[in-house]
This record gives sequence, C-alpha cells and structure tokens, in this order.
Amino acid sequence: MVREEAERRGDDTMIDAPQITNPKPEDFFNVHYLRIYYGNLFPYTDIHKWLSYGHDGKHPGCDEYYFGRREFSFTLENDVYLRYKSFKSVSSLEHAIKSCFPYKIDIGAVYSVDPDKRHAYSQTGTNVFTPVERELVFDIDITDYDDVRYCCSGADVCSKCWPLMTVAIKVIHTSLKEDFGFKHILWVFSGRRGVHCWVCDPKARRMTNEQRSAVAEYFRVYKGNENNARKVALMGYSLHPFLARSYVDFLKGFFEGELQANQSIFSTKDKYDKILEMISDEDIQSELREKWEKSANRSSLSEEAISLVRWDQLKNTLQSKKHKAPTLRMCVEEIVFTFAYPRIDLEVSKQMNHLLKAPFCVHPKTGRVCVPIDPNNCDEFDPLAVPTLSQLIEEINSGGSKMDVDDDDDDDDTDTSILGKSIKFFRSSFLEPLLKSCKEEIESLYKTKIGKSKDSFSW
Amino acid sequence: MEVIRSQKRTPSNDTVSNPKIPLYLTAPQMEVRLEEFELFAVDRLRVLKGVSDGLARGRNPKEMDDLVDTLWKEHMRDPDASVMFNKDIISHFVLRLVYCRSDELKKWFLSMETALFRHRFRLQNFEAQRAIVGEFGLPYKAVTGAELEGLKERLGQVVRSLGQISPTVEAVYYKVPFEEVPDLVASRRVLIQKGYAFVAGSQLVSLVVTQFRSHISKALILTNRKWTTTIQEREKDRLTPIVEALSTSYLGPDYSQSTEYAEISLKDIDQVAKSSFPLCMRHLFEKVREDHHLKHGGRMQLGLFLKGVGLKLDDALAFWRAEFTKKVGSERFDKEYAYSIRHNYGKEGKRTDYTPYACQKIILSAPGAGDHHGCPYRHFSEDNLRAALGRMGLSSRGMEGVMDQVRNKHYQLACTMTFEAVYGTSCDAGINHPNQYFEESQKILKSKTPPAPV
Repeated sequence: MVREEAERRGDDTMIDAPQITNPKPEDFFNVHYLRIYYGNLFPYTDIHKWLSYGHDGKHPGCDEYYFGRREFSFTLENDVYLRYKSFKSVSSLEHAIKSCFPYKIDIGAVYSVDPDKRHAYSQTGTNVFTPVERELVFDIDITDYDDVRYCCSGADVCSKCWPLMTVAIKVIHTSLKEDFGFKHILWVFSGRRGVHCWVCDPKARRMTNEQRSAVAEYFRVYKGNENNARKVALMGYSLHPFLARSYVDFLKGFFEGELQANQSIFSTKDKYDKILEMISDEDIQSELREKWEKSANRSSLSEEAISLVRWDQLKNTLQSKKHKAPTLRMCVEEIVFTFAYPRIDLEVSKQMNHLLKAPFCVHPKTGRVCVPIDPNNCDEFDPLAVPTLSQLIEEINSGGSKMDVDDDDDDDDTDTSILGKSIKFFRSSFLEPLLKSCKEEIESLYKTKIGKSKDSFSW
Repeated sequence: MEVIRSQKRTPSNDTVSNPKIPLYLTAPQMEVRLEEFELFAVDRLRVLKGVSDGLARGRNPKEMDDLVDTLWKEHMRDPDASVMFNKDIISHFVLRLVYCRSDELKKWFLSMETALFRHRFRLQNFEAQRAIVGEFGLPYKAVTGAELEGLKERLGQVVRSLGQISPTVEAVYYKVPFEEVPDLVASRRVLIQKGYAFVAGSQLVSLVVTQFRSHISKALILTNRKWTTTIQEREKDRLTPIVEALSTSYLGPDYSQSTEYAEISLKDIDQVAKSSFPLCMRHLFEKVREDHHLKHGGRMQLGLFLKGVGLKLDDALAFWRAEFTKKVGSERFDKEYAYSIRHNYGKEGKRTDYTPYACQKIILSAPGAGDHHGCPYRHFSEDNLRAALGRMGLSSRGMEGVMDQVRNKHYQLACTMTFEAVYGTSCDAGINHPNQYFEESQKILKSKTPPAPV
C-alpha cells in the first residue's frame, strides 16, 4: 500500500536509501541513517515520560530533579564510550542525542545526585554518590542456548530457535506477575538475538542488590558449562510450585511439540548421545543406545517422528527404573528443563548500577529497532520482521505515513507507520497504566506527608 | 557506655526481658573499665576470627553451629550470667568502633557478626527463637484458616521439593514480603505468591538474620560518622590507639602486594603454572593457552591471581595480548581487553587496586556456559575432576581422599589434600587462598635443590 502511493507521487526529495541486493553492513546501519532516525523517529517524549515516573512537575508532590539523576551512557562511532551522562529535561536529552547520534544508548540507575555532578560530592558522609532506584531488569540471549540448538549458533537466530525466547518470556513473565506480584513489566527485543525485561513497579525499582540477586537465583535452574554433563539437577521428591507450573503450563508442551519439530533432538547419534549423557545410570544409557543404533537405518519415519518415538521410549524406560537412584527421579523433567527453561544472564540483574540498552535504540549489527514485545502475544513476534532503519527510511521517502511520533496527542490513531504501531503499543499497554499508578502513588505519599506535618502542629 | 562520655545513650532495652542473645539495639549505660574495654573486644575478636575461619573452610551449617558453641564457651563465658551478658554487649559495641572505619572493615565485621548471630539463634530452642522474633517487632501475621487451606497443597510441594518425602506442612506459616527473606527466595525454599513469601516457623532464622544484618549495617554507618566527627580526635590519647591497634591485628594477608617469593616473569610462566598453580588457576591458564580466550569471570579470577603472584602490569598485558590477538586481533584487544587489565592493576577509573579472590569467593561463584572459572572441586563433574587431578600427578589412592572431601563439600580441604599429595608435605594451615597455595608451593620448591617442576 505504501509503495503504490510512492510511485504515484514521484517524490523528488528522496533520502538516500540504496537497493539492498547484496547487503553490506553499512547498508543496514550508518551514521546517515542514524541522523534521520534520531532526527525524526525516536520517541523522546515517551522515553522521558516513562523514566520520569510521574514526576512531571505538575503536582506539588513531584520531585522535579528526579529525571536529572538518571544515568545514561552513549556509545559513539569508533567505540568511544561516555558514561554518567544525565539530563535535566527531555529537550536536553534530545539535544544531546541529536548532537552526536550515538550508536548505542544505555540506561543506568537513578542516583542520589546528578551523575554529571558526581565529583562535586565526597565519597563519605551524607552526600554519597550511590544508586537509589533502578528497574529490575533481565537479559536473555540466545547464544546462551548454543548447546541445545542445532539450526544456528552464535549471533544467528531463525524461526526454528527463536521459540526458545518465546517460551522464556512466558515462564518469566508469568512468575513476575503471579509469584512476585509485579504489574508494570516491559519486554523489549534486543535487536538481534535476545530479549530484555524491565520491571518498573516502585517496589522493584527500590530493590537492593541482595534482593535482585535473590530473584535472579530463584529463576536460575541451568548451572553449567563444558566441565559438567548434568547441568540441571532437580533434587527432592517434587518440583517447587514455580517450576511445576512452568513445566506443566509451558515447558512440557513446548518440548514435546515445537522443539522436537524444529530441532529433532534425537534424530542422529551425536544429538541423542548428548541427551543420554544426562541420564546418570550407565545401564539405562546403554540400553537406549543399543535400541536406537539398531533402529537407525531401518526406519522410514521422518526425523521428527523418529525423535518423538525415541522420546517416548526414553520416558517409559526412566519411568520404570526411576527408583534405582535419587538422581533418576526427575530425569525426564531435567532433560526438558535443560532444553527449554529460560537462561538469564545473572550478572545483569544483580547490580543496580548495571547499564542496559534503551528501548527504541537501533542495533548496530542488524539495523533493527529494539521494539517492545507483547508478552501476551509473544508467539506472534518474529525477530526477522522487526523494522530496520532502511525500511523506516524508505517509508519516510514514500511519505506514506504520518511521522509525528513525538506528538503528545494521545488520541492519535492515524499513525499507521511501522514504528508507530510499536510506539502505540508501548504507550497503551505499558506507559499509560504505569503513569496512572505512579501519579496515584505520588499523590498519596504527598497526602501522608502533609497529614504528618499537620499533626506535628496539633496540640 | 560511660567510657565514651560524649555519646548520649538511653537505657538499654536488652536487659529488660533478658533474652539469651542481645540484639545490640542501643548501647547500654554502664561504666566500663579501660582494661575491660580492650580485653572484652579481643575475646570477641577471637570468636569472630574462628567464625571466619570456619566459613573459609566451607563448614556446613551444623558444623558451624557446633563451632560457634565451642568458640563462645571458650572465650566469652563467665560464671556470673550478668557479667557474661554485659561482656557480650560491651565487646560488640567496642568492635563497632574498630570496624566502622572503612568499607572493607565494615563488610568483614557485618558478615561475621551476622554469621555469629545466625548460629547462636539456631542453637536456641523454638520458644527462645519466637521471643527474639518478637523483640525485632516484626509485624508478620501467621497464616490461618481458609487462606492456609488454599495454600496447603503447594506448601506441601515445597516441602517435598526440599527432600522430605511426605508433604507434611507445618502448623505455623508467616506471610512475609518476599524482599525480607532473600536467601529463602534464592534457594526456592518458600512458596511465593503475589509478592509474599510463606515462611515456615522453622525457617524463621532467615527472617531474623536479615533484620539483624540490616540493623547492624545502618548502625555501622552512624558509628562511623560519630567516630570521624567527634570520637577519634577527642580520644586520641586514650581509646583511639586501642581501637586502631585492634583492627590491624586482624585481617589475614590479602595478597594484593606480592612478596619476595613471588616475582614471576613472562618467560617462566608456563613452567611456574605447571609446578605451583592450584588446580583452579592451572585450568584457567591451560584454557587461555588452548582457546586463546577467556570469558570475563575467568579473566578476573586468573588476572588478579597473576597480579598477586607478582606478574607486572607490562608482562600481564604482553601475556594476554599474545594469547588474545591469536583470536581477536590486535585492534580489538586494545579496544576491548587492555582497559580492564589496566583497571585491575588500579591504573584506570577509580583506581582501586583490586585484590585477588580468596577461595571462599571463588567457591561461591557461578560459572555458566562457556566459563572456566570457579573452583574445580566444586564445579567440575567427578570424571573431569579425576582427569584433572591425574594430570597434576595424583595417584589413584591420593585421589580417593580428595574425592571424599569433595563429596562432603569440603572443597578447600580437597585442595589442601591435593597440595599435600603433590608436594609430599602436610599443610596444617589449610588452603584458603589460591595465592597462598602458590606461595607455599614456591617455598617448598625453592628449599629443595635443584627445584623440581611437576
């Protein structure tokens, strides 16, 4: 639809967008495109509203300096890295970005004083430079699953392995809501091969490093590297309710369905040996190995069907023999968890001062925008269909959409641009409910404070 | 306390109900003789050091309970119960002065006092424990009736997941915000729902210890302020010299400055790695040579260790560069790795001179996919560990002793046994730092003529 309009208009103020036939890295991402992106498309106002958490100065209970105490960092062309940047207002943020067009923008913590001015304060006494608030964040990267995906490795991602991210989102999101009671959760595509999660409830932002560490460890199941074979060890006589729910609601179905179909994890000797090594009983291993070696050439079934048959055989064998040793009790579940359970990067979540890439940034290696993902519809998300810089620029060229992304008008329904949809989603499902709750909190804290000071004058 | 006249104190609440463990909420008003000031503190310090040692040796919680019981009886007991009680309180407050004065001292004191409290608490009976919980004024309600019924099944699942075959749920559960019991959350030992953790009566320790730790942490900051603004100067002829002496008698060597044994140069490094490195560092070193790369955790653990053994910054840069450039190229090395090596030596950023990791820290690390750091005695599978020990020259008999320690989770003792097997001598002090392993090894090798590399 957009292209037809372009041909009819014959716009002669074309912005340079080369035909991508044999794409080179510069075709996806370059300073020129960045200028256009940060000049016209990046949603400054929405980001500012988000990170102000209701402190917009319109209520006497607002802290007008709150936004200014947030750390940002910029990574420029040539890997120049600038930390401890802070901005008093949305216009100074916008101005700074438009004067250097950073390749990457990270968001850090809210500190006790302006990061920009931290050297003016001593490290002892009452005015110490220290983080006071920071979202609870998670980073899941598909390269951490390289030992269980056969379609890609390293930086690549495809429709066969991306579902690992989808199931990770479901497991973590459900737990954050049901177990921890969090309400304001933003999931963002990292631009290439993973997802980030930002938990923005006030309770979450005020968590200490120790508490963040506790939540990260609660989510941790996979413990391993090439030095140990059994990387998931589920002890005890049953799963913890969180793990049980994750298994029953998401992991089992995913493993027996989509994962088997995409990865055929039992179809070759190399593949099934890896799984057999997770069974801590040599006899069972040999029994299954023999059975499968014999059936290797005889079967006329598809790879996927073979995988399913072997999985059933494995389950049945373990079921009948699980009393042999405690380590066999939940071996079936262990295998499912090894392949399907989320693997988060613990270090990212544990410390308040850890920086994380800002939503709506562009990934330098792919040119894709870091757009939000709807956790309630994450099956529909396709990382290979995320808007790229060059697509966005073509869209501007053809003039087929309204580019007023920074428009404060909340009733703006006419913005049907590719990026516009993401921004609308960001606003309606995340930002608006968040701001409503923040303002309520500011008001009630203020009322309490007024109430208290009134009391102190009463005799 | 009357020794320090400038502080105004309210009468202590601790002696009123006389619980067995004081909470050190406020300093008591009482007179303390100067000799007692120092002596009581030294005795308590002996207890804290014993706790530190026990933790470093990887003692399990039951062993720590026994250790604390022994230490307390040995150093803090007095036939008169009220004298014993006062000694407990006074010594704690004196040590607060000693250990409030720097971040490193605060961290050590906080860890040890918290551990001491935890194990003393565990030694109390349930009634005494309930009393202490009450002392903290924790507003947690017990879960009853319909709410408890609705949770019973899942509470039973939690109990079974912890290794108890029958899902018998305890009579009393407390509903507590999950933030207040981080260690129970981290180890999935509690049911969590809508932000609340359901803590069993028997799990009270965790709740209470968190409160204790938080209180002491805040108190240390206040004490520090008082110290730097008033006390230090005012007491410079009386208490200050005592306070300053008490802390320096304490910390074990941190190996941040290398000693005369340990200046190694780049050309010797391969040989020295084979002959004197503990297993954890040997593994990392071999991996660097093999893969020409290490992930962050490995670079930190090995890099700081090498600094501690006396590898100079220029040699360190040359070593890492020689390996990494085989994989990532010279330009990327300069951009991405050289900075953090210099950072470790205190030449960048806030210029902290980072200290090499002790065993306790390494054992508690969490190597993930692609990592090689951590403690092999803890993190390797049995097969891989046996293979690695074989390469170090252990006989199969020597190996059994080591594997036995590993099975009992005494990782540092396992490493000590390895040391003893490799060098043919006993190591009574026990290994609790990789650089200590290195130095002891070098001492032995240099005293033999000619030095015999393994």
